[in-house]
Amino acid sequence: MRQVAVVGVGLSKFGEIWNRSFRELIAEAGVMALNDCNLHGNEIEALFIGTMASGLLVGQEHIGALIADHMGLNPIPATRVEAACASGSLAFRQAYMAVASGLHDVVVAGGVEKMTDVNVNDASLALGAAGDADWELFNGATFPGLYALMARRYMHEFGATEEQFAAVAVKNHKNAVHNPYAQFQKEITLETVMKSKMVASPLKVFDCSPITDGAAVAVLMPIDKAKKFVDCPVEVIGSGQASDTIALHSRKSLTEITATRVAAKKAYEMAKLKPRDISLAEVHDCFTIAEILAIEDLGFFGRGRGAKATADGKTALNSEISINTSGGLKGKGHPVGATGVAQVVEATLQLQGKAGKRQVDEPKYALTHNVGGSGATALVHIFKKG
Amino acid sequence: MSLASTWRKTESRYRLIGIQCETCKGKYFPPRSICPICRRKGKISEFSFSGNGKVYSYTFITSASTGYEKQAPYIFAIIELKEGPKISAQITDAKPEEITIGTPVKMSLRKIKEDGAGGIIYYGYKFVVDNG
Repeated sequence: MRQVAVVGVGLSKFGEIWNRSFRELIAEAGVMALNDCNLHGNEIEALFIGTMASGLLVGQEHIGALIADHMGLNPIPATRVEAACASGSLAFRQAYMAVASGLHDVVVAGGVEKMTDVNVNDASLALGAAGDADWELFNGATFPGLYALMARRYMHEFGATEEQFAAVAVKNHKNAVHNPYAQFQKEITLETVMKSKMVASPLKVFDCSPITDGAAVAVLMPIDKAKKFVDCPVEVIGSGQASDTIALHSRKSLTEITATRVAAKKAYEMAKLKPRDISLAEVHDCFTIAEILAIEDLGFFGRGRGAKATADGKTALNSEISINTSGGLKGKGHPVGATGVAQVVEATLQLQGKAGKRQVDEPKYALTHNVGGSGATALVHIFKKG
Repeated sequence: MSLASTWRKTESRYRLIGIQCETCKGKYFPPRSICPICRRKGKISEFSFSGNGKVYSYTFITSASTGYEKQAPYIFAIIELKEGPKISAQITDAKPEEITIGTPVKMSLRKIKEDGAGGIIYYGYKFVVDNG
């Protein structure tokens, strides 16, 4: 396998972007990514796109071809991949494998979701389809409802409190203030979270990531070629992916995401690193409880200790480990198909020292963690300065 | 959803019919085509679950998805069946404060939802508190 680098990254603005369509969002991010690495476009050999629910959200399938066309990239192979909210990381991993294998030299990984063209209930229905349609959703499950079941069980097993969960949202909003692409560049207090409307007890509106439009793009190539285009490429040194049961109820435990643990183990082994070596991690905080489980499953904190560690400030910017410096899904926004690639964008900016006021001090290694559904898919990637 | 897709699942939804693997004795709900442990060596047969169980985790859903808005708020739970498997279902005829982890419950056949005024009415399992 060849060593692979990320050479260029781009984002669209995240938020309720009424004046931009699905295809315009990805074009915005794509142009920025190509500018970032001084590519013309003719060098691109293949395109992988992560989108979760374009059929339900914008009535459009056949996304690979659509985007290749809209970006003027025909006739290169263009492939859409899907693993619910982990679709973006899945696209990134396909691009990584295509370059590592030697099949292609320059490959683009993109992610996009346009979520505000339908009403909130229909968006919620589309997201719910990440679960088991026949045996969870039919019986009335909602996506926040599934994570609420995890949160309730976590409180039961480890004595955690709703205030400890809320600390995740407060921290991530604080980080998002310094991210110009974030949906919410605004700090919130613990009281804001605690007094917000209940969605699925114990989770309240401010425990949940928002409905977001957005796109993210990363350009990959072999590391020996990368230095010809950019000064500071970022090398992909670990990649892991795992699956688990589609329905939450079929899992042995509700207080760990086993797929995360399996994917992380593979990525750490490949990178020859331990959790304590990681300087910063972009983790999948679709709900506050999800970040708590993630920082335990990734090995940063022991089982049942993530909630207290977060409330004690151990995951704040430049503390024990910097978690979700971008603002995470909660603060930056969660355009589901784009999220995994957006995490790679943040990891890249941090390792290049380009993260502005949210910059981690001299980071060595960055990790990204993306989950599909209630944990049926998980992907972990590890990066270092090339 | 089409009539056929509903009809295929009625046995399981009305009477909690799952499967048992005669090779490893593992029991599963909903039914699976293959035993995930024994795979091709597994011998699958129908298994009828009793409908008795206890609450493994629960939530009180106030924001429901399309098609369920009229039912909100409702209690949604993962139930651990007496025979082992866990399933997702609503708990009905109870107030949220009556439910905690470990509360004994039993299955009750209920209307789940309907496709508008002239559409299919879907039935299936919900759970009620089991007072013994």
